[in-house]
Amino acid sequence: MQMPTPDARVLSRKAEIVDRLRGVLPADAVIDDVAETRAYECDALTAYKCPPLAAVLPASTEEVAAVLKICHEMDVPVVPRGSGTSLAGGALPTADCVILGVSKLNEVLETDYDNRFIRVQTGRTNLSVTGAVEEQDFFYAPDPSSQLACAISGNIAMNSGGAHCLKYGVTTNNLLGVTMVMMDGTVVELGGAHLDAAGLDLLGVICGSEGQLGVVTEATLRILRKPEGARPVLMGFDANEVAGACVSDIIKAGVLPVAIEFMDRPCIRACEAFAKAGYPDCEALLIVEVEGSDEEIDHQLKLIMDIARRHNPVELREAKDADEAGRIWLGRKSAFGAMGQINDYMCLDGTIPVSELPRVLTRIGEMSKEYGLDVANVFHAGDGNMHPLILFDANKPGDLEKCEELGADILKLCVEVGGCLTGEHGVGIEKRDLMHVQYAPADLEAQMAVKDVFDPNWLLNSAKVFPLDASDARRALDVAAE
Amino acid sequence: MTPKTEDELSEIIKAARDPLQIRGGGTRGGAGTGALLETGGLSGISLYEPGALTLVAGAGTPLAEIDTALARENQRLAFEPLDHRTLLGSSGEPTLGGVAATNASGPRRIQVGAARDFMLGVRFVDGAGNIVKNGGRVMKNVTGYDLVKLMAGSWGQLGVMTEVSLKVLPVPEMIATLLINGLNETRAVAAMSRALGSPFEITGAAHAPRGVDGHPVTMLRIEGFETQITYRAGELKKLLAEFGDIAVETDQDRVAAGWAWVRDVALMKDKPGDVWRFSVKPSDGPKLAAALGAEDILLDWGGGLVWARMPEGTDARTKMGDIAGHGTLVRMSDGSRGRIPRLHPEPAPVAKLTDGLRARFDPRGLFNLAPVPA
Ligand SMILES: Cc1cc2nc3c(=O)[nH]c(=O)nc-3n(C[C@H](O)[C@H](O)[C@H](O)COP(=O)(O)OP(=O)(O)OC[C@H]3O[C@@H](n4cnc5c(N)ncnc54)[C@H](O)[C@@H]3O)c2cc1C
Repeated sequence: MQMPTPDARVLSRKAEIVDRLRGVLPADAVIDDVAETRAYECDALTAYKCPPLAAVLPASTEEVAAVLKICHEMDVPVVPRGSGTSLAGGALPTADCVILGVSKLNEVLETDYDNRFIRVQTGRTNLSVTGAVEEQDFFYAPDPSSQLACAISGNIAMNSGGAHCLKYGVTTNNLLGVTMVMMDGTVVELGGAHLDAAGLDLLGVICGSEGQLGVVTEATLRILRKPEGARPVLMGFDANEVAGACVSDIIKAGVLPVAIEFMDRPCIRACEAFAKAGYPDCEALLIVEVEGSDEEIDHQLKLIMDIARRHNPVELREAKDADEAGRIWLGRKSAFGAMGQINDYMCLDGTIPVSELPRVLTRIGEMSKEYGLDVANVFHAGDGNMHPLILFDANKPGDLEKCEELGADILKLCVEVGGCLTGEHGVGIEKRDLMHVQYAPADLEAQMAVKDVFDPNWLLNSAKVFPLDASDARRALDVAAE
Repeated sequence: MTPKTEDELSEIIKAARDPLQIRGGGTRGGAGTGALLETGGLSGISLYEPGALTLVAGAGTPLAEIDTALARENQRLAFEPLDHRTLLGSSGEPTLGGVAATNASGPRRIQVGAARDFMLGVRFVDGAGNIVKNGGRVMKNVTGYDLVKLMAGSWGQLGVMTEVSLKVLPVPEMIATLLINGLNETRAVAAMSRALGSPFEITGAAHAPRGVDGHPVTMLRIEGFETQITYRAGELKKLLAEFGDIAVETDQDRVAAGWAWVRDVALMKDKPGDVWRFSVKPSDGPKLAAALGAEDILLDWGGGLVWARMPEGTDARTKMGDIAGHGTLVRMSDGSRGRIPRLHPEPAPVAKLTDGLRARFDPRGLFNLAPVPA
C-alpha cells in the first residue's frame, strides 16, 4: 500500500507544532511521545500501521477549532479519529499528521422524546446513544456490528450501516444535523432538529465523506420507539440460486423484514463448528427477521414461510420465542469469531444488485479455487451488501498479497455486475486505488471539487478515498503554496 | 432546446454563452431566466427490478409513467412527492428530474424519508459540460462522496440531471386514517407526538385548523396488513383516548384522497396571497403558526412542516423569532416577486460553502440563476 511521502518540513517542525498545540489544550490532551503515539498507529485494518507526528484529544468544539486553526496555519495534515474501528484504514495516520481524536467528546447534550431526536457529542459510542434513550423504550436505528466500540463520528464519516438497515436505513437516513469544524477553524451548523436543512444538502455530503471535509463534533440523530417484538425464521436451501429467488419473492410480497441475512456453505460449516447452533448442512441459509406485536409477527412469518415452501427448503425453522430466536441468531452472530479462529481473514463489503447474487456467488467460488484461498460469504441479502471473508495466513509470506489480489478481483466483479466497491465500510486506503474501476476521471474530479471547496489545502485525511495519482496535484498544492 | 442524449446535452452546455433555464415538466413555473433547456428528450425507464426494489429512468420521464409501471407490480414511490400543480395552479407533467431536483416529498417523509433518501444514483452534466455519475443502482453504497444528496434538492443549480435511480417499495395491503376532531394546534401536536412515539409506525401525521368541512381535524395514517391495521388502530385509540373520539377511515379511495389533500396543500389552492413552507421542530409548529397569524395553516410531519398562506408581500421569516428552522416561499404573488427571497438566507459560513460549490460545478453561472417562479 503506497502512502504519500511525509512532508519533511512538517516533520522538522514537530517541536514547534506540539508547543503550539499545548498552548490551546490541557497538557494530557497532547500526545507526542513516540511510544505513546503508537496507540494511534492503525485502525481495524491492522495490516497497515504508521505512528502519527502527534495525537490530540480535545474536549470541546472550541478546542477542536483551536487545534485545526493551528494546523491550518502551520500546514499540518490532520486525520480525525473516532474509535479506530474502521476496516478500510480510514483512520490510518500518516507520519506527518496530527491525529485528532474525539473520544473525550462523549456527552449527551439533549434528548427530546416529543420531537424524537437526541443531540450528542460525536465521540460517544453508537451503542451508548441507544443506551441513553432505552429507559423510554427508544433506540437509535443504525447498528453496525461494531456498535459497542465505534463512535458516532466514525459512523457519520463512513455512513455506516447495520443489520437492520433494510428497514431503518443507514446513518445518512437518521442524521438530522451536525456541528462541524472546518479545517481553518470555522464552526458551521448544518441541519438541526427539523427535517431537511435549507439550501443544498451539505449534511448529505458530509455523511460518508470519510473525515475529509471537516471535523464533526456534535450530531442531532433521529431516535425511534422500539418495536414491540422481533422474531426470525431460518431457512436452508440446496442452491444459492434458490435462496436468491426466495429473497426476491419475499421482498416482492410486500413484507418488509428488518433483516435478511445470507450465509453460504463454507460459512455455515465454520459457524456450526464454532457455535453449534444446529444449522443444517446445506448450500445456502437465510435468516429473515420481522417486527411487531406477537400476532403481527406470526402473520408475517407465516407469509414468509409460505413463500419459502414454494422454493423447497431443506429446513424451515420458525422461532416461537426469544430462546429459539437467540439460537437462530447464534451462528450468524459468531460468524466473524468463527472465521477468526480458523484463520486470518479479510472482510470485503462490495454491494451488488440482489438479482445478481447467484451469479456472483458462483464466480467467487471459482475465483477462490483459482487463488487457492477459501472464501466464506455472510451478508445482508435484502440490500445486496456482500461480506465475502477471504481466509489467509498472515505468517505465510505472500499470502496477504494474494488475498488482497483476490479481494480486488471480487470487488471488480461487484462493479461489473452493476454494484459498487463498498456498501458500508468506506474506501479509506483499502479501496482507494480501485476507485478507477467504478468511476471515470470526471466522476472523481466532481468529488474532488467538493473537497477543494471544504478543504482547499487538502490537509484533512487527504491520502484516502481518491487514488493517489488522481489527487497528487491537489495534495502538492499546500507544499507549492509556500 | 430538447437534447435526446447526454452527449447532446453536454455539447449544448459547452457551447452555451448565456444562462439556461432547465425545465422538466414545468409544473413549478419557470426556473429562472434564459433559454429553455428541456429534459423531455431524456425520458424512459431503462431498468425496473421489482425483486430488487430498484428503478432507473431518464430525468425527463413523466412521473405518471413511473407510477403506472410501479402500480403494475404493486409498488410505489414511498416518499410521496407532492404535485405542485394543485397549489401553483400550473399545468404540465411532473418529471422524475423535477422531483429529484426539488427533493419533493410528502407526508410519509416523517417515517420513510424524503426523495433524497430514495435516490440511489444520478447522472448529470455540470456547468462545464462534464458528464458525471455518482452512486449507482444498489441500496447501499459508500463508495466516494455522496453527490446524489448534493443533487437532490439543488434546484438545478449545479448541473442538469439526466438519469436517476430510485429505491421503490411495495404498496401495503391496507392503509387507514385515524381522525380526531376539534383539537387546537397545541393539543393536536401533542396527540401526533404521542402517536409518533409509539411502536405503531405512523406514516402520516397532519393537522388542519380548518379541514375540508371548516373544523379542526387531526389525521394519523397507518399502513400494513389488514391484521396490523385492526390491531394498531385499536391500540392507538387507547393510547390517544384523552384527545377525544377517534374515527377510523378504511375506505381506500377516501384515505388516498385525504392524504393527497394534505400532500398537495389543496387547502390553499385558488386562494390569494403567498404560500410559505416552514420546516421546524414539531413542537415549535403551533408556536410558529401562532406567530405567523396566517390566513390558512396546515401542519404536516407531526407539526414540523408548517404550510401558511400569508397576505401578499409579508416576509413571514421575520416572524420566526427564535424558532430554529427555515422557510421557503413556495407560491409567490406578484407583490412579493423581487422583494422577498424565495429560499431561506444561509449563515455566512454555510453560504460560503454553497457559493463555492456553485462556482465549481457551474463556473460560468449558466444554471437557474434565480430559482424563482416566473
Ligand atoms: C468487528 C467489526 C464489525 C464492524 N461491523 C460494521 C457494520 O456492521 N457496519 C458498518 O457499517 N461498519 C462496520 N464496521 C466498520 C466500522 O466499525 C465503522 O466504519 C465505524 O463507523 C467506524 O467508527 P469509528 O468511530 O471506529 O471510526 P474510526 O475508525 O476512528 O474512523 C473512521 C473514519 O471516520 C473519520 N472520522 C472519525 N471521527 C471523525 C470526526 N469527528 N469528524 C470527521 N471524521 C471523522 C476518520 O478520519 C476515518 O476516516 C465494523 C468494524 C469492525 C472492527
